[in-house]
Amino acid sequence: MSAETARAAGASTAGARRLGPGWPTIAAKEFADHVLSARFYVLLAILGVAALIPLYFAAEQIKNAASSVSGAQAVFLFLFTVGPQDISLLRVDQFVGIAAPLLGVAFAFDAINGERHEGTLPRLLSQPIHRDDVINGKFVAGLAVIALVLAAVVGVIAGFGLLRLGIVPEASEIIRIVGWYLLTVLYVALWLAFGLLLSVVISRAATSALVGLGVWLFVAVPIFGQLIVSIVGGFVAPGGGTAQDILSAASAQQFLLRLLPSTLYSEASVVLLDPSVTTVSTPTLGQYIQAQQQVPTLLSLDQSVLLVWPHIVALLALTVVCFALAYASFMRQEVRA
Amino acid sequence: MSDERSGDGPAQPPRRRAAPPRLGAARPGPTAPAPRRDAPVRPATTTLRRESAPAHKRERGAPVPPPPVLAEGETALPISTRGLTKRYGDLVAVDGLDLDVLPGEIFGLLGQNGAGKTTTILMLLGLTEPSHGWARVAGFDPEREPLEVKRRVGYLPDAVGFYGAMSGRGNLRYTARLNRIERREAEARIDEVLDQVGMSNRADDRVETYSRGMLQRLGIADALLKDPTVLILDEPTTAIDPIGVVEILDLLRRLTRERGLAILLSSHLLSQVQSVCDRVGIFAAGRLVGVGTVPELADQFGEADDVIEVGLEGEADPTPVLTRIPSVRSVVAPDRVGDPWLVRAERDTGTRVRIAILALAANRELALTSVREVVPSLDDIYRRALEARGLAAHGRVAA
Repeated sequence: MSAETARAAGASTAGARRLGPGWPTIAAKEFADHVLSARFYVLLAILGVAALIPLYFAAEQIKNAASSVSGAQAVFLFLFTVGPQDISLLRVDQFVGIAAPLLGVAFAFDAINGERHEGTLPRLLSQPIHRDDVINGKFVAGLAVIALVLAAVVGVIAGFGLLRLGIVPEASEIIRIVGWYLLTVLYVALWLAFGLLLSVVISRAATSALVGLGVWLFVAVPIFGQLIVSIVGGFVAPGGGTAQDILSAASAQQFLLRLLPSTLYSEASVVLLDPSVTTVSTPTLGQYIQAQQQVPTLLSLDQSVLLVWPHIVALLALTVVCFALAYASFMRQEVRA
Repeated sequence: MSDERSGDGPAQPPRRRAAPPRLGAARPGPTAPAPRRDAPVRPATTTLRRESAPAHKRERGAPVPPPPVLAEGETALPISTRGLTKRYGDLVAVDGLDLDVLPGEIFGLLGQNGAGKTTTILMLLGLTEPSHGWARVAGFDPEREPLEVKRRVGYLPDAVGFYGAMSGRGNLRYTARLNRIERREAEARIDEVLDQVGMSNRADDRVETYSRGMLQRLGIADALLKDPTVLILDEPTTAIDPIGVVEILDLLRRLTRERGLAILLSSHLLSQVQSVCDRVGIFAAGRLVGVGTVPELADQFGEADDVIEVGLEGEADPTPVLTRIPSVRSVVAPDRVGDPWLVRAERDTGTRVRIAILALAANRELALTSVREVVPSLDDIYRRALEARGLAAHGRVAA
């Protein structure tokens, strides 16, 4: 039937063209737009500063640590995980964990509603592409930009370590850094998908940016996130006098915290970067005693990954859910809002 | 996959609101889709299809004849719809639209804002789903084969937009890539279409520096880039200055002549469109209230009389002289001295009356300065068409 209608449609030059998928074209254009945009440079600067400030403190610590530490502890990784003892926030992994979600939101919050506002969406959709090519292409382009920015940041930190501190990473350390990098890209992809969802559902770009920032503030910034969790946790399991009560309150808090993707990310990132971290849960009393008696050991990479596998899967699932929601609502939307 | 999705129910004569297009013999092509030749009614299949159709397709609505099946060598109409309906909740944006656009013609879809023009266009492009009925564009079903339709249809949206940070040329390059036009071919075509719309000198400036009219021109270039067989233009002349409008309309004329392009354009600026459209469809409240050439519509909805403007020297009353002409019904004096008099004559006698007036002038019975038949403007026709259908010309009929 389709062959018949195609023949009937008459000779047209269009008939000779083969149609490949449309998303690579859209992704290429969006990528070029992102890289040339002012937004890109602002975010690169923010993330660069976010990485360099803690790095400054880390350098001090590492100089002291490197001389005192004997044996082959993962010294290079200290670049990412060490900070001043009193402020845990000033660690590269924590800092990047806070700043990186901004990347995701920033490159997606106006992806669809921006096109709508400019009046380019009907024109774009009237080209011979599928509608999902638009959202897929934009997601891929955002992901590529994020991967690029994060790679640059990791490169800067590693380069700083090599040049200023004269620490050379071991192979296993490099693999851990790559693993952490991939985890971070995944985490930012979640925010990208979330930003995309906002851009589909909210018709004004300014509103979706504001909503994105608000969610970022309460979810990705630990101080606010923990504040909310402790309030909610106080209702769910108020701590009491007995040890049992305190423990149950603590585990309730932990459960609630784990609902936040930022917790998932920071727990997973600590485990991936620090081979000496062997547990992600608040230990029960028995485990705690057991841990006291344990000989401190370093985990191998596969053991570390195994420890945070649920975290990774959860992050992946959240990303997929966000993207699927954005995708589905975009496909069902009218071209004219 | 079958195309007979909308063929639910036994074949019944369609409830036509608009007559099928009848043009002069000069215009070849099928006037209406041929009835299906292979139409055995298989109740079992029909029921099955109806069950499998999405709920919104099974809603109320008049039975619609099935889309035509084309024989070998037969060419599909550029645009053809039957019973095309779009509902948004209780609001009926487009109501049972039967429309045919023939090859090489410019068809004007006229109506107020909110009459359903844009919704119709979006359905033709497969950008929104009809609630009922079907459409075929260049022989393809926009609902099922939107890519085939979009490869062949150039579309200029209402209030077209471009990426402001890119140049006009850059925007067109992006469109070319989306249409998978080869780079070298694309550059040549971009130069060609930019030249056609008169934008060559500003093509390398950033689009955000363009005026509304320039965006509109670039939009037409963008629609032409894919070498379409059908051009759909939503309000192509709004925001363009009067001289630009003439240029654009000339361009459209030339395109249909040179390439046999079929053009569907929508507009609420009736007088502009009058000059360029071969046929117009008057659209109100989602319905087509009249289709035809402007003279045909004038016959259908125009005044009962032919009206002739007669310019005279001096202030003498010409009534006794003029009423001597047979078929003249009345003579109306001008409001201001010096303006032409109006002569109302029986329908279709305008030419004869004009000759008779000239003869009187030749006999020096009238001091004639001008004589001219008043052609009813599309605005008048439009207003009358709406009145004839009981729809007020003012006030919005649909959101």
